[in-house]
Amino acid sequence: MLNTNDVSYDTQIPNNVGLSGDRRVLKALERWHPGYIDWWKKLGPEGFQDRQVYLRTAVSVDPKGWARFDYVKMPEYRWGILLAPQVEGRTIPFGQHYGEPAWQEVPGEYRAMLRRLIVIQGDTEPASVEQQRHLGATAPSLYDLRNLFQVNVEEGRHLWAMVYLLHKYFGADGREEADGLLKRRSGSAEAPRMLGAFNEATPDWLSFFMFTYFTDRDGKMQLESLAQSGFDPLSRTCRFMLTEEAHHMFVGETGVGRTIQRTCEAMKEAGIEDPNEIGKVRALGVIDLPTIQKKLNLHFSLSLDLFGAEVSTNAANAFNAGIKGRYQETKIDDDHRLTEATYPVAQFLGDRIEVAEVPALSAINMRLRDDYIRDAAGGVKRWNTLIKKLGVEFEMTLPHEGFNRRIGAFAEAHVTPAGEVVSADAWNARRDDWLPDAADGEFIQSLMKPETEPGKYAGWIAPPKIGIDNKPGDFEYVKLADA
Amino acid sequence: MTDATTVPIKQHLIDPEICIRCHSCEEACPIDAITHDENNVVVDAEICNFCMNCIAPCPTGSIDNWRVVTTPYSLEEQLSWMELPEQEDLAVGASNGSIEALEDEVERLLAEAHKGAGGHARAPETAAKPTVNLYSRETPAIATVQGSYRLTAEDADSEVRHIILDLGRTVFPVLEGQSVGVLLPGSTEAGQPHLPRLYSISSPRDGERPNTNNLSLTVKREPGGLCSNYLCDLQKGDQVALTGPFGSTFLMPNDPAARIVMICTGTGSAPFRAFTMRRQRTLGEQGGPLTLFFGARSPEALPYFGPLKKVPETMLAKHLVFSRVEGQPKRYVQDCMLEQAESLAETLRDPHTHIYVCGLKAMEQGVEQAFERIAAGAGLDWPDLKARLRDGGRYHVETY
Repeated sequence: MLNTNDVSYDTQIPNNVGLSGDRRVLKALERWHPGYIDWWKKLGPEGFQDRQVYLRTAVSVDPKGWARFDYVKMPEYRWGILLAPQVEGRTIPFGQHYGEPAWQEVPGEYRAMLRRLIVIQGDTEPASVEQQRHLGATAPSLYDLRNLFQVNVEEGRHLWAMVYLLHKYFGADGREEADGLLKRRSGSAEAPRMLGAFNEATPDWLSFFMFTYFTDRDGKMQLESLAQSGFDPLSRTCRFMLTEEAHHMFVGETGVGRTIQRTCEAMKEAGIEDPNEIGKVRALGVIDLPTIQKKLNLHFSLSLDLFGAEVSTNAANAFNAGIKGRYQETKIDDDHRLTEATYPVAQFLGDRIEVAEVPALSAINMRLRDDYIRDAAGGVKRWNTLIKKLGVEFEMTLPHEGFNRRIGAFAEAHVTPAGEVVSADAWNARRDDWLPDAADGEFIQSLMKPETEPGKYAGWIAPPKIGIDNKPGDFEYVKLADA
Repeated sequence: MTDATTVPIKQHLIDPEICIRCHSCEEACPIDAITHDENNVVVDAEICNFCMNCIAPCPTGSIDNWRVVTTPYSLEEQLSWMELPEQEDLAVGASNGSIEALEDEVERLLAEAHKGAGGHARAPETAAKPTVNLYSRETPAIATVQGSYRLTAEDADSEVRHIILDLGRTVFPVLEGQSVGVLLPGSTEAGQPHLPRLYSISSPRDGERPNTNNLSLTVKREPGGLCSNYLCDLQKGDQVALTGPFGSTFLMPNDPAARIVMICTGTGSAPFRAFTMRRQRTLGEQGGPLTLFFGARSPEALPYFGPLKKVPETMLAKHLVFSRVEGQPKRYVQDCMLEQAESLAETLRDPHTHIYVCGLKAMEQGVEQAFERIAAGAGLDWPDLKARLRDGGRYHVETY
């Protein structure tokens, strides 16, 4: 019998899907593999491919087996195909097929829709690796360097997860799409990645932390809603990906937190009380809190765009079809069909913002975005607790949902972070108060000096409270010396 | 005597300052002991059974926090926290079997050592109640070296010593299988005091000779090892600072009919010397059978080779296995276990059986595979059996 918890290593591709017994898919993946390794070497983390990195690898998908830590060179990381265990008798938890047995094969009528969703999700995974490939050169510590690479290899594995679904369930079209995932490039003019935020640069470590906190959190919400899918293999894939995604949230939340902590500590040491004395604070070699707030504004607003239009027929169709559900669908107490329900959606009416009730089915994106904002607020609350504890008077806030948007109801609006609708001129005049400008970027860049001694941290960031895998403070997370 | 209500329990808590509320632990918990609100993720002390399924999936390490309490923190209290409360000072008494140590670092060392059992370790039902953490780093017990004897031959490639520590008038109650912490004098390069090193006690509860207030340690001199060299260099009359005792699960059963299988390599024999001596002093050959699988490179490198041979085979069935004897093929404990497959299979079925594995981490896998094969040969499912043995306090691993 196939034990679906343990990972089988009898093929080149570690998996718990019985790949050795599925020659067709195995062959297809083995054909795809060299292209992937090629992509990783060319566009993966630059300059560290030969280094031993202390990474966790899943050896089983049960809770005890999926966090085995050891040194490995990244190109030799055991990327594999891991699905959460199948739930006996699982039924479709929403939409018009509510209560029917979950699909083990792709239903013909939803084939195109499913493929599109899988490709979009898959496209973000290699994109973020590409966006972050230069960061290794300026890592503030070996601890952070390891975390970056962990995020990178796991995004790589998430690509594998989506590619497996494409090969296994979508025949020739799937193979073509899988190849396409290795052809598009983040930021490329000819063949960009599919979503806007994934074509933006990640120029420095604060951007990386903001990205993992805000943008990867969009990824988490998308995975959460795909984990509800009536298409069981997709649901199981996403459920396992979510356990890995949590680490990315962790890197973001603690990365921003540690940056804030160091700034507040340095201010206190220097006797600076006013966080707005930007010049004085910067002279200490730390990032002033108003600039951190501007970075937050930028990444939060870019990430909101990833949820698409507030009112969306595509989202309604995907929900109705049982393909993509809501966040924590099974914990919501309603009919899970949304035939009658309404949902409040903020609308831009030229000079003001008003909330209107729209059919809940069409507001699936909006609801997910609201859940996202609630989720994202949790970390901001923690950062504020930290600032207060360190005795600094400053509060980080999430900007209004209409601020700096390119997609959806607010695409044409000029809304301040506080939620006030203003003219384009008024908005543009204040832009640099709200969003980082070139000078801010240059300042942050000037702090990005690598720190490669075990246990040491760059001056702009505080050490973490505890090590990865409970390791001591001076643990050598990445071995830079020996190749 | 402490009554049931005042016996402290160890409570599983999540550090809200480090937790990122990803709910991975909640997903991993098989019995819904973990819940959350918008502020915090928390563990219900009434439900948590220490299965540890939530530990590995946590990306932050916030999940791995414990407090010893007389009244558990309620869910409401935990949900309101912005940081973890400090460990309260508790009068230390008999442990209820869930507290291995009150000090985090020692607790971690023991948790790591017991990992090989594959789940939350439990004491044998009939084990005596251990005392833990009577002495801490702040208030250590001072022992005097009463003797230090080399156990391995002078020409053996390793030096293992038997060190007897006299506790004078200091009360230091230990049980067979428990450990002590040794505090190294001085400090680390960074100016911090050294972390305590743990050593299994190799003498029984009433001392090297009945009713002597001393205990013994079995120490291998490790090249470059700070603590092992410190201990091995100690001379008679030198003083040593000890913490502990520690450990509340790797203990021997008091049930006279208990059948005890002990599997070890090298200094992993320390607790088994204590087990065997305890049996000799109490039930002798009247007790349930004891079996020892003991691996070393050669007879010269096997600690206690001489004294062991004097223990009658009728009380202790001894399987000494050597991996580096000239002219003989290499043999490891697992090879010998497989040779004894038939009797071990019968032992596995016996409800009185208690199994103990102690030694280097490297031995774990071989022993595990041997048990798997032996069980399979007898039509038993090893993972299932192991879990049942462990949950019944009958399967114990302490490897390092």
